[in-house]
Amino acid sequence: MPRLHVNGKARAYDGPAAKRLLDVLREDLGLTGTKEGCGEGECGACTVLLDRRPVNSCLIPVCQAEGQKIETVESLGSPERLNVLQEAFLTEGGAQCGICTPGMLMTAWSWVRGGGSDSPEAIRRVLAGNLCRCTGYQHIVNSVVRAVRERRRGRAAAKAPRKATTARAPRKRRKA
Amino acid sequence: MARSRRTSPPRREGPEKLCGRLQYVDDHPLPGALFGATLRSTIPRGRILGIDFDSAFPWSEFVVVTARDIPGRNVVALIEDDQPLLADGEVRHAMEPVALVAHEDRARAYEALSHVHVRYEPLPAVLTLDEAMAAEKTPAGAGSVFKSFLIEKGDVEAGLAGADRVLEGEYRVPHQEQAYIENNGMAAWVEEDGTLVVLGSLQCPYYVHKALKAAFALPDDRVRVIQAATGGGFGGKEEYPSLIAGHAALLAWKARRPVKIVYDRTEDMAATTKRHPAVVRHRTGVTRDGRLVAQDVEVVMDGGAYVTLSPVVLSRGTLHATGPYECENVRVRSRVLRTHTPPNGAFRGFGAPQTLFAAELHMEQLAEALGVDSLTLRRRNAFSKGSVTATGQVLGESVGARTSLERCVKRSGFLKKRADNARWNRGKNKTWRGIGLALVHHGAGFTGSGETYLASRAAVSLTRDGGIRVLAASTEIGQGTNTMFAQIVAAALGVAVDDIVVETPDTGRVPNSGPTVASRTCMIVGGLLQRAAGQLLDEARRVLGGAPATRQAWKKAARSLCGAEDERRFEVEYQTPAEIRWDDKTYKGDAYGVYSYGAVAVDLEVDRLTYEVKVRRVTAAQDIGKAIHPLFVEGQIMGGTTQALGWALHENVIYEGGYMRNAQLTNYIIPTSLDTPPLDVDIVEEPYSRGPRGAKGVGELPMDVPAPAIAAAIHQAIGLWMTSLPILPERLYEAHAPAARQR
Amino acid sequence: MRGDAARTEIVRPRSAAEAVSAYGQRPELLPLAGGTDVMVGWNAGLGNGRPMLDLSRIREWTRIVVGPGGVRIGALVTHSRIQEHAKVAARLPLLVAACAEVGGVAIQNRGTLAGNVANASPAGDTFPPLAVYEAVVLAVSPSGRRAVPLAAIFAGVKKTTLQPAELIEAIEVKWPARRPARQMFRKIGTRAAQALSKVVAAGLLWTRRDGRVDELRFAIGSVAPTVRRLHRVEDLVRGERLTRGLLERAEALVAEEIAPIDDVRSTAAYRRHVAGALLRQFLTG
Repeated sequence: MPRLHVNGKARAYDGPAAKRLLDVLREDLGLTGTKEGCGEGECGACTVLLDRRPVNSCLIPVCQAEGQKIETVESLGSPERLNVLQEAFLTEGGAQCGICTPGMLMTAWSWVRGGGSDSPEAIRRVLAGNLCRCTGYQHIVNSVVRAVRERRRGRAAAKAPRKATTARAPRKRRKA
Repeated sequence: MARSRRTSPPRREGPEKLCGRLQYVDDHPLPGALFGATLRSTIPRGRILGIDFDSAFPWSEFVVVTARDIPGRNVVALIEDDQPLLADGEVRHAMEPVALVAHEDRARAYEALSHVHVRYEPLPAVLTLDEAMAAEKTPAGAGSVFKSFLIEKGDVEAGLAGADRVLEGEYRVPHQEQAYIENNGMAAWVEEDGTLVVLGSLQCPYYVHKALKAAFALPDDRVRVIQAATGGGFGGKEEYPSLIAGHAALLAWKARRPVKIVYDRTEDMAATTKRHPAVVRHRTGVTRDGRLVAQDVEVVMDGGAYVTLSPVVLSRGTLHATGPYECENVRVRSRVLRTHTPPNGAFRGFGAPQTLFAAELHMEQLAEALGVDSLTLRRRNAFSKGSVTATGQVLGESVGARTSLERCVKRSGFLKKRADNARWNRGKNKTWRGIGLALVHHGAGFTGSGETYLASRAAVSLTRDGGIRVLAASTEIGQGTNTMFAQIVAAALGVAVDDIVVETPDTGRVPNSGPTVASRTCMIVGGLLQRAAGQLLDEARRVLGGAPATRQAWKKAARSLCGAEDERRFEVEYQTPAEIRWDDKTYKGDAYGVYSYGAVAVDLEVDRLTYEVKVRRVTAAQDIGKAIHPLFVEGQIMGGTTQALGWALHENVIYEGGYMRNAQLTNYIIPTSLDTPPLDVDIVEEPYSRGPRGAKGVGELPMDVPAPAIAAAIHQAIGLWMTSLPILPERLYEAHAPAARQR
Repeated sequence: MRGDAARTEIVRPRSAAEAVSAYGQRPELLPLAGGTDVMVGWNAGLGNGRPMLDLSRIREWTRIVVGPGGVRIGALVTHSRIQEHAKVAARLPLLVAACAEVGGVAIQNRGTLAGNVANASPAGDTFPPLAVYEAVVLAVSPSGRRAVPLAAIFAGVKKTTLQPAELIEAIEVKWPARRPARQMFRKIGTRAAQALSKVVAAGLLWTRRDGRVDELRFAIGSVAPTVRRLHRVEDLVRGERLTRGLLERAEALVAEEIAPIDDVRSTAAYRRHVAGALLRQFLTG
C-alpha cells in the first residue's frame, strides 16, 4: 500500500487493507492518543481529521485513507508547548478523565482552525458527535469559546501595524 | 466564585491528557501479550451440564481457562463471597462468565468463543423486581432477600393518626448504565519471582488486591495492582474490576505470558454492573400548616444475581430516604432482592438518587395536596444547624441546606420564571414550560462505622534529595484527585503545588487509603494527607530549628531525616472523630460525620406536539464545605447534573429475558452537548471542622437532585405527575393524550 | 472489536467500469462507500470472511452535477458536501436539512447519500425528502443502466430492489417546477443530535391562487418497513380547501397509511400520534 500521510509525515504501512484506520494509528504507528469508545461511530473518541474534516476512525478501513491528510491529537502540541485550543481546555477545565479529549479536541480544532464562531450554540452543534460523560459539556464549550477568541486576538495582533513610539494626545472628536 | 490559576491550578496530568500521551490500559505496550475473551452465559439461570470444545478447532493455539483452573477460591471477594469468578455448575444470570480464551490475535480470541458450546438445563428465573416481589412469599422467593434495614424514630403510626393530612405515593426508578467512555480493561502478567501484577482501569486498587489474593491464594506481597489512567468510573469501576482483573490474571497465570482483556461496548454494557432499580413507597403525615409529622417509607431494590455491594447501596438509600427534613416520627423499611440478572452495583449516588427522587417528588405532591407552595413546604421543614435526622443524629455544624435552597431560588430567578411559565402555558404556544426545584442532602464518607472499619492510611514522603511525594490509593478518574492532593499537601507545607509529586496508585508503593468512592477522597483521604504533611513539617522544623522556606532548606531537612534511606515516610491512619457515635444494630446515631447539601432548579419546555423535553437551563447551589479547587468542584457538579438529566429523560435500560437488549451507545441514549443546557453553578461553603480546610463531599450529590426537579418542572408544564423514570416522550404522550382528548 | 482484518479481502476498483465488472463477477462482495453503516456491523464481527468492494476510488462518482432541470448527485457524495453546495441548498432545502441530521458531523463527513439509500434502513433521514422531491436512483450493472424512482427502490427493512450486480452510481433530483407555498422537514430523534429517528417527515405544499390545494406531497419514515408517501392523504386534499374538517379527516387517514411498531427506540402508539400531528401541523400552516 502507498504511504499514509499522518501528522505531516509519510508513514509506511504493510498490513491488511481492511485494518481500521484507528487500529493502524494505535498499533502500527504507535499513535495511541486516538481512542476507541464504542466501535459504532457514536461516541467520537476515535475522531481524527481527514483532509481537515472530523471523521470516526473506527469506521474507516485504512486503505480508504490513502492519499488523504490524516491529523491526530499528537499533531496539536506537546505538554511543553500546548496549542491555543489545548491551553484553553487546560484553563477552563475542558478535560476531566481525558478519554474523550483527543477526539473532542480534533473536532474542536477543525472548528477553531476553520474560523468557526464563538457562539456556544454553534459549538454545541458541532461537538454533538463527541460524547463526554464527565464534564456536562459546559467547560468544554467554555474552552472552545476561549480558544476561538484567543486565536482571533492572536491573529489580530499579528496583523496590526506597528505603532509609532511617541505618544500623542488623543484628538478631540468632532461632532458630525 | 472567582476563579484563578492560584485557587484552581491547572490539572497536573492535564497537558498529557490533552496531547494524547497519558496511557490508559489499552495504550500500554505489552510485548508478547495475548488478548483475552470471555465466554458468557446465554440464559438467565440454569445448571451447567457440560462444556464442549469443537474438536476440529486448533485449541493448542489458544489458552483456555475454566473454573477448574482457579488456584485459590472461586470467588470475587467483596462483602459476601457468593459470586464466582467463573461459573461452576450453575449460571445465575445472562452474561455470566463461564470460560476464558486467549490468543495473540484479538479476532481469533473472539472467534474461538463460537467454538465452545455450553450445555445448560434451564432453571426457573426471576427476571424483574416486580417478579421478585411477587415471589417473595412463595418457595421461589426463599433466600431472595440479600439485606434489609429498619430505621425507627418516635412513633410513626401515632404520627400518621394525628396528622391533618396523609398522602401516599409510589415511585419507580430503573437501572442506569454508567457509560464511562473508556470500557473496562485489564492487563495481567506474572513476574519472574511469581508475583502476579495487574494494571488496569479501576477506582479501588486494594479491592482488586484483596480479590486476587483470594482467587490465587497468594499473600499480600505477591500480588501487585497498579492503576492505569482511567477513562471514567462513576462507581462502574469500583467493584467490577476485581472480576475482569481475576480473568486476565487467570489467563496470564496459565499462559505465563501477559494478557490483556478490553471489553467492547456491547459486552461492557450488557455484562457489568448498573444502578439498582427501586420501588419506593411513601406514606406521609403533615399538619395543616405544612409541618412533617410522620414519614413512613418502604424501599425495595433489585440487586441482580449476586450480593456484591447491595447491602451498602441499600444502606445509603435507606439513610437518605426521608430527605433533608425534620420529622419526629419516622420509619424506613428497606430490602434488596435477588433477580437472575447481571448484578447491580455502585453508581454515583449509590442508593441515594433512587430514594431522594421519591422523597423530593413526594414533597412536591404533598405541597399540591395541602394547597401550599412546595418552596414554602421545604422552608418549613428543611434541616438547619441543630436539626435531628431520622437516625437521631444532631446536625452540629456545616448545615448548608437552607443557604443552598435560598441561593438556588435567587440565582435561578425561580419565582419569576415560575410565573412567566404559567403565563406562557395559558397562551397558544408550541411548548409548555415549567420550572422545578429540589433539595437534597448527601452523607460524605462511608456510612456509620464504615470509615472506622476501613482504617484508611495515606502518606507523605520526603525523598533524599528533598522531593515531596504523596502516597495514597485514591485514584484520579477525572475528578481532580491528583491536583487536589497536591494542593492540600503544598498548602500544609508552604511549598508550591508544582513541587509535589503524586504517585501512581500502586499497591506495591501506596498504603490502603480505602476506595475512591462515597465522596470521601478529599474529605477523608485529603484530611489524612494534611495530617501526614503536618507531621513532616513538624519534623522538618525540629531538625532545622524553623520551618523550611526554600528548596535548599528542604534538601537539608531531607538529608537529616532520611539518613541512609531513600525516603522518609510519614504515614497516618484514619481516626474516627470522638463525636461520631453510631449503632450498627439499631441503625441509630451519627450515620455520617457530615452531610453535603444541594438545591437545583431546572427550567424546561415540553413540545406540545411531540412531547419532547428540552431542558433550557439548570441552576445548582451546592454546599461542599470548602472548595479546594473551585473549577474542579464546578466540573463535578456539572458532570453529575448531566448524568442525572440523562437518567431522568433519556436513559432507558431495556431488559428482556434478563438480558439488556439495547447494549449499544446507538440505543442507550446519553446526553450530547446539544441535549445539555447551559449549567450555572453556585458553590456554597459551610466549612466542616473535620475536613481539610473545611471540605466535605462533592462528587455524588449532583446526581441526587436533578431528577425530582425535572419531574416537578414537568408537572408545572403539563399538569401530570410522572412518578417513574425515565420521563420519555412516549410516556408523556400516553399519560397526557387521553386526558387531552377528553377536553 | 471483533472484526478480523486479516481475513477480510477488499477489492479496490479504480473506475466505475472496473467496479461494475468486479461486482458483476462477484455479487457476494459487500459494497463499501463511506462505511458509516457497513463498518458498524464489521466491528461487531458480522462481516468476518465476507469480502468488500471499496468504491472510494471511483472519482466519477464524487461529482455533484447541476443542470437547468436538476442535480445529479454521484454515489460517493457525502452528506456534508450536499449541505455545502449552494445551489442544492437553495433548491432542495429539505434534503439539505435531512443531511444535517444524519448522525453528527463526523458521520456526515463520511456517509454518502447513495449509501444511505442502499442501506435501506426504515429510519433513513434523507428518504422523506427524496420521496417528496421524487428523486430517481440511477443503478448500473454489466447489463446496463436502470433508473429507479425513489418510490420503487425500497423493498423492505434493509432491502432494496437493486438486482444482484447492480450498484448505485448516482441519485438524480429534478428541481421542483414551482416554489412551494410551504415546506417542512422534521426529525424526531432519540435525542437532540447524533440520533436515530423515531419519526421523520418531509412535506411540500403548492397552493392555487384561490387558496385551494394544488398539490401536497408528504412522506414519513420510521413508521413502516420503508418510507411512505401518504398518497391517500395527498389525494384527499388535492383541489380542496384546508378546512378544519378536512384536516381532521387527513389526520385520521395517516394512521391507515403507516404501520409503526414498538421497538427499543419508541412505541407504535407514539409514532402514530406524532405522524398524524406532524401532517396536521403542516397543513395548518
